[in-house]
Amino acid sequence: MATTAAPAGGARSGAGPEWGGFEENIQGGGSAVIDMENMDDTSGSSFEDMGELHQRLREEEVDADAAAAEEEDGDFLGMKGFKGQLSRQVADQMWQAGKRQASRAFSLYANIDILRPYFDVEPAQVRSRLLESMIPIKMVNFPQKIAGELYGPLMLVFTLVAILLHGMKTSDTIIREGTLMGTAIGTCFGYWLGVSSFIYFLAYLCNAQITMLQMLALLGYGLFGHCIVLFITYNIHLHALFYLFWLLVGGLSTLRMVAVLVSRTVGPTQRLLLCGTLAALHMLFLLYLHFAYHKVVEGILDTLEGPDIPPMQRVPRDIPAALPAARLSAAVLNATAKAVAVTLQSH
Amino acid sequence: MRSHIREFDSSTLNESVQNTIMRDLKAVGKKFMHVLYPRKSNTLLRDWDLWGPLILCVTLALMLQRSSIDSEKDGGPQFAEVFVIVWFGAVTITLNSKLLGGNISFFQSLCVLGYCILPLTVAMLVCRLVLLAEPGPINFMVRLFVVIVMFAWSIVASTAFLADSQPPNRKALAIYPVFLFYFVISWMILTFTPQ
Repeated sequence: MATTAAPAGGARSGAGPEWGGFEENIQGGGSAVIDMENMDDTSGSSFEDMGELHQRLREEEVDADAAAAEEEDGDFLGMKGFKGQLSRQVADQMWQAGKRQASRAFSLYANIDILRPYFDVEPAQVRSRLLESMIPIKMVNFPQKIAGELYGPLMLVFTLVAILLHGMKTSDTIIREGTLMGTAIGTCFGYWLGVSSFIYFLAYLCNAQITMLQMLALLGYGLFGHCIVLFITYNIHLHALFYLFWLLVGGLSTLRMVAVLVSRTVGPTQRLLLCGTLAALHMLFLLYLHFAYHKVVEGILDTLEGPDIPPMQRVPRDIPAALPAARLSAAVLNATAKAVAVTLQSH
Repeated sequence: MRSHIREFDSSTLNESVQNTIMRDLKAVGKKFMHVLYPRKSNTLLRDWDLWGPLILCVTLALMLQRSSIDSEKDGGPQFAEVFVIVWFGAVTITLNSKLLGGNISFFQSLCVLGYCILPLTVAMLVCRLVLLAEPGPINFMVRLFVVIVMFAWSIVASTAFLADSQPPNRKALAIYPVFLFYFVISWMILTFTPQ
């Protein structure tokens, strides 16, 4: 707590007008949050009220503090005034710089407070939402609820990063000019944020009733299916199993998202455009993640243990020849899959 | 005058460098003991430091480094990768616990998470020793056993320190990322093979 106290203390002893501007900023952010949340019927508005109350109380306290500090400050400068203008200016500059830094540090903590309502969940809620993400709903006549919450999606994305890292390591993926870690994080967060904002943009064009927060939550929970499928198929190398899971588990989670989007969109063309794009992106992403970091090891295994090559022949000559060939074909496949995914994501 | 000197002595300005270093090392060692025997204690939380986590993280990263510098096979864990995973992971867990409403400061949480890597660093040491022996399924089973035990130890130790700072109904949510974090590190340790 010692670290939080220091910047806060610095900001408190700051003068009035600066603080007022800062305060308005925070309030503005708060009201924006409430606006976003108002569309959502499951938001915890009581939490925000508490936050605002807390903020106001703190404001009063700070005003009192600031008045006391200014008095002391005046005495201090008055005494120094005998020694000339220079020291006063230097002190003033240092004071300004310190205040700016302190308010910046404090705004970081204030931002955490702004984000906090999105993490206001219970374990049971997260569990039920994870299960619900695999159960498509039938009723599309009235808008379905989407909980605006970010804990579940964020944790699912981190889980996906870990699973992807595991897949990359077991398949001996080599990435030039980059680390596996960075690639995994970039892929997962890029997909989550990129596709969410793209679909949100499409939803705006198609006049669908959805906010960015809800879109992030919807797509984030949709990644639960991906996590299950990838975790199983990175460890059990079986093509038929992957396709079965891809259709069943991936399909169910996609269907859920599509059903929710359909219930919030009006008009068949808009529904088709929005849901077709989302379904295609979501399913192809799973396909890409599986084959991009799995095909390499499969290709090598096929050449080494393929039934049509007699074991006697391949021992001295074929392995050095076959290995680069397999790697090349796998690399080509990998590159094609990546290019397809990139074009799909960017469109 | 005498009282003045005594006052001067009690400050750390006047003492020899050796004393200062020994005192800090003792503090770090005491915290290591707290991790090895996790009990309900606030030592790790009250006076946090980042020396222990730094030492552990660097040791782990150095041991996970492969000896060969082969550009073809650079899929193995590298120093920077381990370093980034440890610090990025710890910062993420800390932010998450703050967002969930935990009353723990940023550096306290970093300190606890960093010190609780100690069992995994020990596991890495054991694994490197075991890997000197003949490779085979028994070798792997031994490493698997050691890593699982040390993984559980890390989880137990970190939750013993961190769980109290969370609201009681949300402990599971705060512990899941901790679990993921240590799981990734222990999995890296288990799959490590020197070239």
